[in-house]
Amino acid sequence: MTTLAHPTSAGLPAPTSSVSPPAAIRHALTLAWRSLVQIKHNPMELLDLSLQPLMFVLLFAYVFGGALSGSPKAFLQFGLAGIITQNALFLSMNTAVALNTDITKGVFDRFRSLPISRSAPLAGRIAADVVRQVWSVAILLGVGTLLGFRVETGLAGALGAFGLLVVFTLCFAWLPVLIGMLVDEPEKVQVFGFTVIFPLTFASSAFVPTATMPGWMQAWVKVNPVTLLTDALRGLMVSGDVLRPMLGALGWAAAIAVVFAPLALRAFRRRT
Amino acid sequence: MSDAIQAEGLVKRFGETTALAGVDLAARTGTVLAVLGPNGAGKTTAVRILATLLRPDQGHAKVAGYDVVTQAHQVRQMIALTGQYAAVDETLTGVENLLLIGRLLGQSRQAARRRAVELLDDFALSEAASRPAKTYSGGMRRRLDLAASLVGRPRVVYLDEPTTGLDPRGRGDLWRVVRNLVDDGVTVLLTTQYMEEADQLADDIVVIDRGRVAATGTPDQLKAKVGGQILVVSPVSDSDLDTVVGVVAELSGDEPDVAQGAVSVAVGDAGLPPAILQRLTAAGVRVAELSLRKPSLDEVFFTLTGHRASAEDAGDDDENDRSAA
Repeated sequence: MTTLAHPTSAGLPAPTSSVSPPAAIRHALTLAWRSLVQIKHNPMELLDLSLQPLMFVLLFAYVFGGALSGSPKAFLQFGLAGIITQNALFLSMNTAVALNTDITKGVFDRFRSLPISRSAPLAGRIAADVVRQVWSVAILLGVGTLLGFRVETGLAGALGAFGLLVVFTLCFAWLPVLIGMLVDEPEKVQVFGFTVIFPLTFASSAFVPTATMPGWMQAWVKVNPVTLLTDALRGLMVSGDVLRPMLGALGWAAAIAVVFAPLALRAFRRRT
Repeated sequence: MSDAIQAEGLVKRFGETTALAGVDLAARTGTVLAVLGPNGAGKTTAVRILATLLRPDQGHAKVAGYDVVTQAHQVRQMIALTGQYAAVDETLTGVENLLLIGRLLGQSRQAARRRAVELLDDFALSEAASRPAKTYSGGMRRRLDLAASLVGRPRVVYLDEPTTGLDPRGRGDLWRVVRNLVDDGVTVLLTTQYMEEADQLADDIVVIDRGRVAATGTPDQLKAKVGGQILVVSPVSDSDLDTVVGVVAELSGDEPDVAQGAVSVAVGDAGLPPAILQRLTAAGVRVAELSLRKPSLDEVFFTLTGHRASAEDAGDDDENDRSAA
């Protein structure tokens, strides 16, 4: 064992006093790479990333589609936007689980003892999670198209919908990041996913028109970010209002980021 | 020779708990400093401060000449940390774990791969290199963790209870690694609850108890502090133990330690053993053993702190240290 360390300290470069911005980006990308390589070794995660959207589409289209809209195809034209929203929110919980696992296993301690950008572990994870989102949206659209879904607005509309979704999930991610910092074990993140995201996505216009819901619920449904995001995606891909729901969704995204980003960063500094 | 690690008056509180109540320590460049203490003594907290993971509430510390608070980034370029819990990414393979660190440290792809292969070979992990770390045994994981911390050729290495939970062979392997590091001029700070480990590896020892330094010195100095030799007396019958304790306490003027039917006490005066034997014989106590030996560090610890450095509930308190951190 002669290769453990430098034989002498001579010739070592003098240490730098801070991380340069290009280096910080490189650190984040390296950590994003790490987070994506994890998928390669954990086929279950890939299955989860692919199967969950697939199942959402198939179940909603074939179980509810006929009863709600007359045919699976007709339902998808309305409901695929909602499925995309719901899938994106559920997927965002993975960010919380992954961050929490890194903290509880001590992996973050190692990163923090390295001369790398302080925000790189967070930024790298979030960047990798955007890639995960892209993958599962691609599956949703692919399967939806096979079952008869058609984008009626053209490529620009579809790209716009995609951009809006990415912006929204990036802002929304601060909430899962905060949860990931606060809970003491990864399993508890799931509880949050089910108690908050489930009602959030169902009490909305994601899957059904809201006209038959009781009045008090409609009042909430109208301002629910899931409704606004779904309506905007629907408008961008199929038909309907775009501007009003899009502004509403972006407003929510901004509000969530403004409230939760400082809290999450504070928790991040305290916890790690 | 200069000090690679210098800490003065480190204080750290977590809410009501005072983990460190003013700790000074120093490690000479190219030597091993063992921080010795039981669970809850504050060892992990001290290491986390020196590794820039925690800010001290009071006091300051320099590592390789850089301040751990104001020059944390420079300190991080000099150090490596291996914790009690192997901090490897379990889903990545052994080689990927090392590549990750190398790339984060700014090594080129080829350089990172070369270094990874080299280290995997050094730590006898070549065959398992392309297997996910979650398939590794505890000892292999620990070796990978250690390898990961050496990717950047650190000048100062912190090993936080590196052998806790390792079998004797794993322990021997780790000791060899520490000695090799020191041969290469690296400074090692090692925390441990094992007296034998500190005795085997350390050039200097800092004994920490309840957030304070109880003693510092070389292993020999600390042993000498106890009074040079330990007198052990065991009566044939356990029912005589109380009498033996009484006599030993009276003649040595010290509180003796009783364990497994034997009474032991540190002695400086060569005339003491005959005097004790005489008194016991007079009292009708039959003595099975009366001997003098060098004190173990365990006894040093007992003498310095008044209680044993029990390793039985290993891991507990440092767990607290972590969650509090």
